[in-house]
Amino acid sequence: MSEIAAILSVEGLGVRLPAGADRAYALTDVSLSVASNEILCIVGESGSGKSMMANAVMRLLPNEVRIEGGRMLFEGCDLCAAPEAEMRRLRGAEIAMIFQEPMTALNPLRTIGDQIAEVFSVHTDLSRAEITGRVLALLADVRIPDPNGAAKAYPHELSGGQRQRAMIAMALALDPKLLIADEPTTALDVTTQAQILKLIRELQGRRKAAVMFITHDFGVVAEIADRVVVMQQGRIVEQGPAAQVLDNPQHAYTRQLIAAVPPLTAPAPRRLSQEDILTISGISKTYRSGGFLGRGVRITRAVKDVSLKLPKGATLGIVGESGSGKSTLARCLVRLIDPDAGSIMLLGRDFVTMPRARLREETRHIQMVFQDPFASLNPRHKAAELVAQGPIVHGTPRATALAEAKELFALVGLDPSAADRFPHEFSGGQRQRIGLARALALKPAVLVADEPVSALDVSVQAQVLKLLADLRTRLGLSIVFITHDLRVAAQICDLVAVMKDGAIVEHGLAGEVFANPQHAYTQALLASVPGGAFARQHATEPA
Amino acid sequence: MDAIKRYFRSPAAVAGLILLLVVIAMAISASFLYPRDPLALAGRPLLWPFSNPHFPLGTDNSGRDIAAQIFHGARISLLIGGVATAIAILIGIVVGAFAGFYGGWVDNVLMRITEAFQTLPNFLLLLVLVAVFGSTLTTVTIAVGVVSWPAPARLTRAEFLSLRNREFVQAGRTLGMKDLQLILGEILPNALPPVIVYASVVMAVAILLESALAFLHLSDPNVASWGNLIGLGRDVLRVQWYVSAIPGVAILVTVLAVSLVGQGLNDALNPRLKRR
Repeated sequence: MSEIAAILSVEGLGVRLPAGADRAYALTDVSLSVASNEILCIVGESGSGKSMMANAVMRLLPNEVRIEGGRMLFEGCDLCAAPEAEMRRLRGAEIAMIFQEPMTALNPLRTIGDQIAEVFSVHTDLSRAEITGRVLALLADVRIPDPNGAAKAYPHELSGGQRQRAMIAMALALDPKLLIADEPTTALDVTTQAQILKLIRELQGRRKAAVMFITHDFGVVAEIADRVVVMQQGRIVEQGPAAQVLDNPQHAYTRQLIAAVPPLTAPAPRRLSQEDILTISGISKTYRSGGFLGRGVRITRAVKDVSLKLPKGATLGIVGESGSGKSTLARCLVRLIDPDAGSIMLLGRDFVTMPRARLREETRHIQMVFQDPFASLNPRHKAAELVAQGPIVHGTPRATALAEAKELFALVGLDPSAADRFPHEFSGGQRQRIGLARALALKPAVLVADEPVSALDVSVQAQVLKLLADLRTRLGLSIVFITHDLRVAAQICDLVAVMKDGAIVEHGLAGEVFANPQHAYTQALLASVPGGAFARQHATEPA
Repeated sequence: MDAIKRYFRSPAAVAGLILLLVVIAMAISASFLYPRDPLALAGRPLLWPFSNPHFPLGTDNSGRDIAAQIFHGARISLLIGGVATAIAILIGIVVGAFAGFYGGWVDNVLMRITEAFQTLPNFLLLLVLVAVFGSTLTTVTIAVGVVSWPAPARLTRAEFLSLRNREFVQAGRTLGMKDLQLILGEILPNALPPVIVYASVVMAVAILLESALAFLHLSDPNVASWGNLIGLGRDVLRVQWYVSAIPGVAILVTVLAVSLVGQGLNDALNPRLKRR
């Protein structure tokens, strides 16, 4: 980095948090540099300060958070000391930013073209016609299909990937020297993510810009980075060229993070029982929305004629992108949603035709673990009460249920003495363990896990997956595991079913599906996994 | 508790609480300080305040002690405010909870009824109720409660609508909970804080509604209420203005106290709204 002039060099930067935060400094003594024509990836888990880094460079820190010490030299100008007027000139024109969630970063009431045009009218004196021409050229540049149509569209009329392309077009409008991308692909599906990563790489190469790319995913790092900075607790623990950091990590934390990235090959297959515990046949669910007296009705066939079998003690992974119908299917299994047709046979009973009152009784045999560790626990109940709720509803005396809850706490790896705390006093991973304990409290035959690790950091993700695998053998659990992440599915599932547009396109033993995908969509999914080559190679090394 | 600590950090909320405690103290001490019937004749009519040490706040146009009426009136105002608010919030929560939880036709029917109540100006409805059922203290209190429930109902419904599809409610369903257990045990505790805060608004309005009724001589004439006193003072408003002004100040202070407490509760229960 010394031979090429750095566009941005940060020296000894400190960012102070307000009193009462979990630590005094969001960033401590951070020094890094980004040169033109390179992509610097900043990697870290939640709370590592990586997003604070991006906001500090833009000088867009939340109230009460202050820069304390250090310098940020952007082309010779210290951003720490620059007056606000100077920062306004730089933002958008010289330093641009892409956000994680394009839907919230775009104004829903204005067209895409209008919003990109605004960048020009704020920073330049171009005429209206020139601006329109530039906007269309930009939209073509980011490979939006039909740029004319996209310019006239409102944000909600575009898909997530197209919105992110529009955001990138807006960021690139004034040819910024530095582009900051804060988790730009995290909210997107894998196949879309792969396209956007390719686009960023390509645009960066063409425009010779510097990119500061913030991510939590080492797969993405392997895909896109020239150099890598690893952050933990607001400090840089390691930095260097991508190949060096990925293949020969020096710091223990980096090694731990890389080890926690799930490899993309299935573990050795386990022997599966001949007996099926859960048989799903011909499940369909159609949503009708809008329309008055039969006119203009929008019909969404969320699940189309899905049939699957879950052998006793096995784990069936249902993999798909957003909108594939996998969550609707999961909710049909526990009858949170009533399917239109089909049957779900569990322990010799059909759960689809069961009346409500009977279902409340029988639902203890099939329990669910939810995705969001924050929304899935009632904030007004103590942890022990949350876990004991199910048995109490089914007639266990309160004292017995609470005592059993403490045993379950130990089972899922939580301190039983923490049972009297409220959910907000636990971390995300711990909350997910509480959710698991709640589901296990009713001793279900089948566990439906809907994206149980998607909201967690990789290292926590690995722990929770290990716990699930461990419980599976100890309790003989049969699991239906819903996920969008093929790497996670590869870790834990014996069987995998791939869903697209509400239908199963391929299913079979995990090892076979991953090693030898038959359907074109499965192949596309596997090819899109970020850092796929790295993940496969990394699997062959002893973890 | 954090919420209590946050409450006491706000000077306005503490001031409101002190004022409210003063009004409550007046209500409690009324029968010790003024054991006689406050509506009994006490001295010469229309004595100005501070002119006779026996009557620090003077006397009204029939020669009744104003101070005694203010102290006893605090009881009536707080009683009507408290009971009417309880009635309004209770009806509101039941209607809002069922409408929000079940949605569909239940929601449609309940919300149309709510709207029917809301489109009528609530004071007009109150006049009709009092005209039909008479103006005893009980009917006035119930009538004030009955005209005040639509707003809490809509608020509860909105909270239930946003909470009913949360994952923790779905989790409750998969555990096999009955609807009533979900409504009371899972959703209501989370929906309650804004409704409690709104109760202070209902209480302030209830006190004002009763006073307005009394001003028109439509409230219970056999109790010493602030509104009745204002109504009496109307006849001598241009010369002996203090007969109306003193109970007016009492109402102002009470309503202000209740709203300040409500605002303080709001900030204490929803700290995130205030900080950012």
